[in-house]
Amino acid sequence: MPQVKVYVTLKPTLLDAQGRVVQKALNSLGYSNVEQVRIGKYLELDLSEDGDVSEQIKEMCDKLLANPIIENYRYEVIK
Amino acid sequence: MKFGVVRFPGSNCDQDAYYVLRDVFGKQVDYIWHQERDVKGYDCIVLPGGFSYGDYLRTGAIARFSPVMEAVIAHAQKGKFLIGICNGFQVLCESHLLPGALVRNTGLKFVCRHVYLRVENASTPWTNSAKVGQVLRIPVAHGEGRYVAEPETLQKLNETGRILFRYCDDKGNISEAGNPNGSMEGIAGIANESFNVLGMMPHPERASEKMLQSADGKVIFDSIIKTLLLQ
Repeated sequence: MPQVKVYVTLKPTLLDAQGRVVQKALNSLGYSNVEQVRIGKYLELDLSEDGDVSEQIKEMCDKLLANPIIENYRYEVIK
Repeated sequence: MKFGVVRFPGSNCDQDAYYVLRDVFGKQVDYIWHQERDVKGYDCIVLPGGFSYGDYLRTGAIARFSPVMEAVIAHAQKGKFLIGICNGFQVLCESHLLPGALVRNTGLKFVCRHVYLRVENASTPWTNSAKVGQVLRIPVAHGEGRYVAEPETLQKLNETGRILFRYCDDKGNISEAGNPNGSMEGIAGIANESFNVLGMMPHPERASEKMLQSADGKVIFDSIIKTLLLQ
């Protein structure tokens, strides 16, 4: 049964307001070397069928899991 | 003339929109449940504010695939009128009926207060009772209302007069201070290419009676009613 890990990230050109706050928090904890934090989403999908699911995952991401206007995505299929 | 207000699980401004259309404007209006697949009888459909499907994944992302949306998209594609307010605007962007997207406010806070909007184009079905430059005082209530789009999209919106409202100060000046969420170019409301679809983050239905501090939102309903009467 394949498991798919999907990572959805905000496009680099877009301001990540949350990430900026987290970066400042890390800086104030003394981690002064943190220059940027960007927050994304991580999804795990368990699929019932084996086979080449790549096309299907791509379709799922384009249709629902990511919004191509604001987000990029990548995925890994784990057998 | 018949209006329909869609109810998704998590909609919470549906009653306000329904009340304003029925009681303030005296129009015929129905609720449309999200499982409905037929919206043929409606001249204008309202996608109300709220937190459809709990805002899971992204605001509007799940609502966009609810059964009613196929019919609503067909309604819009026929040139019939459709307005998305707040969460409704987010659903319209996710449905690709409007370009761009709405993301987390720059200040991260949920902003719930009256803001000022400047009418940028008064020759549209939604603004024909207003004047260009008119300043409207209307409340916003959202955590994810920062309008973002690719530079080419913004340019196209500007060139075609599809930016109907921008956040401004009380004098009508576009400024950072007047922008509650960090929206690009202070965009508060946009229309599609044929102007039959409007999306806006502020809530005109919460500003349609003097008793509620401002009745400036009425001009949007007045405009669309006028448009429908002239059809």
